[in-house]
Amino acid sequence: MVDLINLFESMLRIRMVEETIAEKYSEQEMRCPTHFCLGQEAIPVGVSIHLRKADYVYSGHRSHGHYLAKGGSLKAMISEIYGKQTGCALGRGGSQHLNDLDAGFIASAPILGGTIPIAVGSVYSINSNVNDRVSVVYFGDGATEEGVFHEALNFASVKKLPVIFVCENNLYSVHSSFDVRQPKDRNISDIGPAHKIPSFRGNGNDIEEVMEIAGNAINTARDGGGPFLLEFMTYRWLEHCGPNEDLHLSYRTKEEMDEWLANCPIRLFENKLREKNILSDKIRVEIEEKISDEINSAFEYAKNSPFPDPQTLFNYTYPKN
Amino acid sequence: MRKIKYFEAIHEAHYQSMQADDNVIILGLGVPGPTGIFGTTKGLVDTFGKDRVLDMPSSEQGMTGVALGMTIAGYKPVMIHMRVDFSTLAMDQMVNQVAKWHFMYGGKMNAPIVFRMIIGRGWGQGPQHSQSLQAWFAHIPGFKVIMPTTAYDAKGMLISAIKDNSPVVIFEHRWLYNVDGIVPKDPYEVNLDKAKVMLEGNDITIVATSYMVLEALKAAELLSKHGIKSEVIDIRSIVPLDIDTIYTSVKKTRSLIVADTGTVNFGISAEIISRLIEMDHSLLNNLPKRIGLPFCPSPTSPSLAEKFFPRSKDIILAVCDILELDEKNVLVKESDSKHWHDVPDSSFTGPY
Ligand SMILES: Cc1ncc(C[n+]2csc(CCOP(=O)(O)OP(=O)(O)O)c2C)c(N)n1
Ligand SMILES: [Mg+2]
Repeated sequence: MVDLINLFESMLRIRMVEETIAEKYSEQEMRCPTHFCLGQEAIPVGVSIHLRKADYVYSGHRSHGHYLAKGGSLKAMISEIYGKQTGCALGRGGSQHLNDLDAGFIASAPILGGTIPIAVGSVYSINSNVNDRVSVVYFGDGATEEGVFHEALNFASVKKLPVIFVCENNLYSVHSSFDVRQPKDRNISDIGPAHKIPSFRGNGNDIEEVMEIAGNAINTARDGGGPFLLEFMTYRWLEHCGPNEDLHLSYRTKEEMDEWLANCPIRLFENKLREKNILSDKIRVEIEEKISDEINSAFEYAKNSPFPDPQTLFNYTYPKN
Repeated sequence: MRKIKYFEAIHEAHYQSMQADDNVIILGLGVPGPTGIFGTTKGLVDTFGKDRVLDMPSSEQGMTGVALGMTIAGYKPVMIHMRVDFSTLAMDQMVNQVAKWHFMYGGKMNAPIVFRMIIGRGWGQGPQHSQSLQAWFAHIPGFKVIMPTTAYDAKGMLISAIKDNSPVVIFEHRWLYNVDGIVPKDPYEVNLDKAKVMLEGNDITIVATSYMVLEALKAAELLSKHGIKSEVIDIRSIVPLDIDTIYTSVKKTRSLIVADTGTVNFGISAEIISRLIEMDHSLLNNLPKRIGLPFCPSPTSPSLAEKFFPRSKDIILAVCDILELDEKNVLVKESDSKHWHDVPDSSFTGPY
């Protein structure tokens, strides 16, 4: 049985981390491009609940939620955004290059589509059925326009690899709406079947729906029935990159935004839990306090950590043999 | 004389080129959007419509081929990449098709495409968003490669590039966008094969590309207070390279620094120095110096970026070394501030 409170807490944790980063961004100490996932928290949580530590996760530029849901270290992520030596990429990568091998979060990278084939290759095995590890890769609707997405799907299908392609369709690529980039009456989940990949589409703001669709795919792929393509509809609340709102740019309407705000994945789930008397004010406050403490200590840790020594600039250009 | 900003100069060049020639098309992700590629294409869609000011899917490779196909249909596409890093996905179409298109059909085909590549530095753009790949394109026969530094050249060279029958790759440094300069209102062309002497001097020649020209001018100003007269040359055109202008200057000063925004190794500066030495092995009185990016990927952390991206201080250091100046410490101190150098000015608060 899934612990519903745990799910709620995971989503709230991502929300509160993102809100704290957004709030502190204007202090100008997090000096790197940062893409927030506020409003999109249900997808990584609903997917990760089915994942084991040994499973692999990959992502793109908007990766904080994916990393945290898979168990990536919060301290190491915040430190990374602060450009510190204690960051998960030793300050070399910033917000867009997260990695926590202990947690099975292998890589995020901002070149669109870049990590999709990497996720495929990483579960290739010379002797099939050698392990039951699955590989999950998250990407946006925009990334599916890259050739590499289609090429990766094709190969994963040929080799029947245990890959779960998870598209978070938030309707926009930066300021460009879906309809100027992709055919109107074709869903992204329609692309999978052409590669003989079973594909599903769901409401990405409904954690239970995400959980059900993802569970099915992950468990089947684990038993050798992969790959899968999942498309979850969702919405980004903040500007494409950065901590602010962006309605003033008028590429999307206030009505559309309000509709999605009303569809807040956390509030929807919270209401359900309250109806079932699983969640009370008291429990919520306790959870919030616990998360706040964790976040505060992560920021304190990051701020007090040293910057990389400039003398080490050339480190990691090549590995030692 | 009217002064406008670099980004406005590009905008004006687009506007006037589209007005002059109905076949000019601009495409790129976000080109008709509300921020219009940092203002350079903003509002063009209102005048010229969405069939000439095209949004596109994030399909750099495919859309480059589409742009090449459009030339067969008679159009003159301008394709924009918000970061040159994104164009690396289009290398097959650019390198194998576009660059060779004229040659490999015996001169019967043309690929009059303009690629606007934005480069930059700072604010933690990191390994995949702050490369400066002009040397890549300069290495491929068939491309013209230009790097306008001033607002005047940004307009004139873009207009020329759009008229040119060759594919032209333009590198625009994001930190130049808010710098203003004198720009005539009427359309005009600037040659795509001439360097420009920005400052005359007899003591040392500093040859630079793009934003490094501003760093060189800053260095030269400080040096002049200490009696050192630098000659600063804006290369402007990487391919074809105006080696004669550079040669004439170095013949006078006998001392040379080349400052480029790209990686030093196997880069623009190596080409320039080699050509000069091939022309005249006794040209220099002292060893030349190259300034550019060190041989590692761009780090994100400000503490590393600080050392990674060269600035006027590094040029001054190089001048001091070459000319064996005693004032080295004073000069370096005067030329540098304590703050992070990862923003073009204090009005910049991220994210990019
Ligand atoms: C190859 C490449 N082209 C363009 C970009 C610039 N870019 C960064 S994020 C982004 C939008 C991507 O949209 P989507 O995949 O839907 O993700 P979202 O931001 O909506 O989460 C773009 C175009 C890039 N990073 N890489
Ligand atoms: Mg999107």
